[in-house]
Amino acid sequence: MLIKLANGTLYDPANGIDGEVRDLYIRDGRIAEPAGDEKVDQEYDLTGKVVMAGAIDLHTHIGGGKVTIARTLLPEDHRGDPMPRSELRRSSCGHVAPGTYYTGYRYAEMGYTAGFEPAVLPANARAAHMEMADIPMIDKGGYAMLGSDDFLLRMMAAGDDQEAINDYVAWTLQATQCIGIKVVNPGGISAFKFNQRSLDLDEEGPHYGQTPREILRRLARAVHELGVTHPLHVHGCNLGVPGNVDTTLRTIAGMEGLPVHLTHIQFHSYGTEGDYGFSSGAAQIAEAVNANPNVSVDVGQILFGQTVTASGDTMQQFANHSHANPSKWVCMDIECDAGCGVVPFRYKDQSFVNALQWAIGLEIFLLVDDPWRVFLTTDHPNGAPFMTYPHLIRLLMDRSFRNDLLATIHPQAQAMTTLASIDREYSLYEIAIMTRAGPARTLGLADYGHLGPGARADITVYTDQPDREAMFERPDYVFKSGELVVRNGEVVKVVWGTTHVTRPEYDRAIEKRLARYFDQYLTMRLDNFTMSDEEITEDGRGSITVHPTQGGSRQ
Amino acid sequence: MSENTTIVENATCTFCGCVCDDMELTVDLDEKRITKARNACVLGRAWFLEHRHQERPAALIDGREVSVEEAIEEAAQTLVKARFPIIYGLSDTTCEAQRQAVALADFLDGNIDTTTSVCHGPSGIAFQGVGESTATLGEVKNRADLLIYWGGNPAEAHPRHFTRYAVTPKGMFVPNGKKDRTVVLVDVRATPSTPVADIFIKVRPGRDFEVLWALRALVRGKPVDPGIEEVTGVPLATLEDLVERMKNCNFGVLFFGMGLTMTRGRHFNSGALLSLATDLNEFTHFVAKPVRGHGNVTGADNVVSWQTGYPFGVNFNRGYPRFNPGEFTTVDVLARGEADAACIISSDPASNFPRAAIEHLKRIPVITFDPKPTVTSELAHVAFTTATYGINVTGTAYRMDDVPIMLRPAFESPYPSDEELLRAITDRVRELRNG
Ligand code: SF4
Ligand SMILES: [Zn+2]
Repeated sequence: MLIKLANGTLYDPANGIDGEVRDLYIRDGRIAEPAGDEKVDQEYDLTGKVVMAGAIDLHTHIGGGKVTIARTLLPEDHRGDPMPRSELRRSSCGHVAPGTYYTGYRYAEMGYTAGFEPAVLPANARAAHMEMADIPMIDKGGYAMLGSDDFLLRMMAAGDDQEAINDYVAWTLQATQCIGIKVVNPGGISAFKFNQRSLDLDEEGPHYGQTPREILRRLARAVHELGVTHPLHVHGCNLGVPGNVDTTLRTIAGMEGLPVHLTHIQFHSYGTEGDYGFSSGAAQIAEAVNANPNVSVDVGQILFGQTVTASGDTMQQFANHSHANPSKWVCMDIECDAGCGVVPFRYKDQSFVNALQWAIGLEIFLLVDDPWRVFLTTDHPNGAPFMTYPHLIRLLMDRSFRNDLLATIHPQAQAMTTLASIDREYSLYEIAIMTRAGPARTLGLADYGHLGPGARADITVYTDQPDREAMFERPDYVFKSGELVVRNGEVVKVVWGTTHVTRPEYDRAIEKRLARYFDQYLTMRLDNFTMSDEEITEDGRGSITVHPTQGGSRQ
Repeated sequence: MSENTTIVENATCTFCGCVCDDMELTVDLDEKRITKARNACVLGRAWFLEHRHQERPAALIDGREVSVEEAIEEAAQTLVKARFPIIYGLSDTTCEAQRQAVALADFLDGNIDTTTSVCHGPSGIAFQGVGESTATLGEVKNRADLLIYWGGNPAEAHPRHFTRYAVTPKGMFVPNGKKDRTVVLVDVRATPSTPVADIFIKVRPGRDFEVLWALRALVRGKPVDPGIEEVTGVPLATLEDLVERMKNCNFGVLFFGMGLTMTRGRHFNSGALLSLATDLNEFTHFVAKPVRGHGNVTGADNVVSWQTGYPFGVNFNRGYPRFNPGEFTTVDVLARGEADAACIISSDPASNFPRAAIEHLKRIPVITFDPKPTVTSELAHVAFTTATYGINVTGTAYRMDDVPIMLRPAFESPYPSDEELLRAITDRVRELRNG
């Protein structure tokens, strides 16, 4: 079956195509180059339409224990946003901690075809994958969380060499069925269990005496040496703490050129100037990102309204619990791996701090020069739920819209931001980079995020409209692996995406050592900890796609 | 015993919420039974060893033996005809089956509820009110130096809780095991768990809330009237001593059971205890954890939550999920005579529900899924015999602390799994409703 998408205006940055009118062909789920005389079975006239690859969210909390804690904690939040069942679809609930079905349907209805859960605790990987298995429509993947786990800290304290750490990291990727490694408040979640309430970059943590700087370096090296495409995904020290811009700059310098991805950087870009002792460090951060090609960031933009913060960072979540709105929160220590914290939150445009956070995020977006190294996220749901992405895109693409909103926020925050003086407006090409080509490239998804021959036919078609929010809110068509799954912003076919993983080689000797550690200290057998492929594929919906490492991979 | 035996290592016991995954099962493949269950406690041993293959019809309609296909058809027809079908149980089956049960309830515009509503439902409601500071059992094992048990009797209900997870095991930061920990037991009477405790605090029945509230006050440095002893039976000095211990430990845990959640005060009790643990974090590291009963009741909470947003007592009558304990919890739906068909999955409400609820269950068509005959299956219109999870069926079960564990079956059953049956019924229901 050959499908022709005729006359669309293509934005395909991976192939250097910037708004050219072209025909696209789909065969067997992929972009095809038909022979001259091949018969077209179905044709869509896309004259005047904008065509991009399916969008990829590389940092969204959609599965794993903490998300379900947030769901369970907030019945009042779901009540305002029920999603009824149809002949086709399951019912579900929104809003800030939506149900799995809602998550999949809404992402697809916004033109997204993949989402990556950034905080898979190894001990809870099974939970993360079970929840993601119930997310229809989109592809999924996860980053396994290390850096506060007792096993790594013991290795480092015992002076283990980098090789051994690499083996452990590779084993973790395999055991948890993940595609990347995340570190959250390196060493800090462990320190919190010893009742310590802060940990700075060069401070030795309790008991093990390891500094966050050293943990970051060891893990970043491991990820790099193993040939994992996505660099170490870092949620740094001192999240949300005024003055943390300095920590973040020192973190960047401390990587000594190793590839690193700094996530929700907005929460790590705060200075201490001004009457409130809270100011924007966006310009310094953007300058550092521009100057260090080994660094990429996603923003974690905040948007005003109700949300819930869900994070592995128990230390900082605990520190923020007095801001909980509604007033209830959860902290949990998990199996000598890490932990999680869930704090509901309402960002207010008339709060000086929230208003400035909003401006700081936008400043970073607009001051980082290279759209290949800055990705569009709200750190769903921490800055705002993912359903706000079209609004965020409009803020980036439409200066007068942005400035109109800027004029309504807390006046002192207006005075403390340079936002009004920034003229930049993102182009469709740049939006396609930061939401498609860029994430695919950093994750190593070679045949995703672009429209070249052989690519997976995950395609989104929009009507070009001056109101970019309306445009991105409701695509005309979304194709998933070549099948039409969304028409006029509504799901017309339910499909199930694949799970993206990577599997670097490692020396199996590490498993013996892990087995001893598990038997002595943990409450689960190593054999039962490790996830098999069947656990993802057995119910007939899921599948696994293994992506090669740079330098060979086990299948 | 035949020669034809095999050993299953690292099998998982799903009998209680401990979900111990270190079983070594010796299986007689000819006789289809487990002859030895190394590492199991008395309850676990009984669970494995008493599981005998019995020749029973795979399906019955009104007591008459039928094929599984016929029974699936009848079940689907019955459910589609009903105006208010309900699904209940789910604590003794896999997450995979639970997932399918929610789908069925959804496509029926019915009601789904789990045994949580009759055990730790009040803890769930309290959780939604105040949140919690909590931890998994692996953290307790390795870090906890103060353990307080409130209204629970793990020695009888969760025999390996003390030895494998909490009191006696040596941990990374409590290397001498029990010697490094202080154990406090709070209950209305001495139980077989009491001997484990260094300190036993006896509370007058129905006065847990008052004790917890007094402890909260003391933790915050507020004065408490010595008259507390008259009301609760606990001297102020005992409470003051406990508060000192709580504030000065390194890593404290409050475990609580149904003696707290199902007595006077219910979710207020759970809420007070959760808040006490939370408050203590101003001084040290402190967590709280309900000690959940049935094998996979925690999995049921998780699955129902991630699909619908609500943990139990979920209603789809309007085509989307709604949550209201007391309205959509099964005991209430039955007692008010609202349900007109019921699917009971691996649970026996006819043996333990209040009378009004059981009376209504007798009046409506009931479909049961159970490996063995139960009081409920006796009154069922359609009764399926199912394979047993963890013994015949693989899948996932959540430990009481939300840690998911995989199941390794010992031998095959001639009967289908809950998941297979529920999937088939759901598919048929969708055909009937859409077609
Ligand atoms: S404690 Fe519970 S799970 Fe563990 S062996 Fe005994 S009955 Fe089974
Ligand atoms: Zn995040």
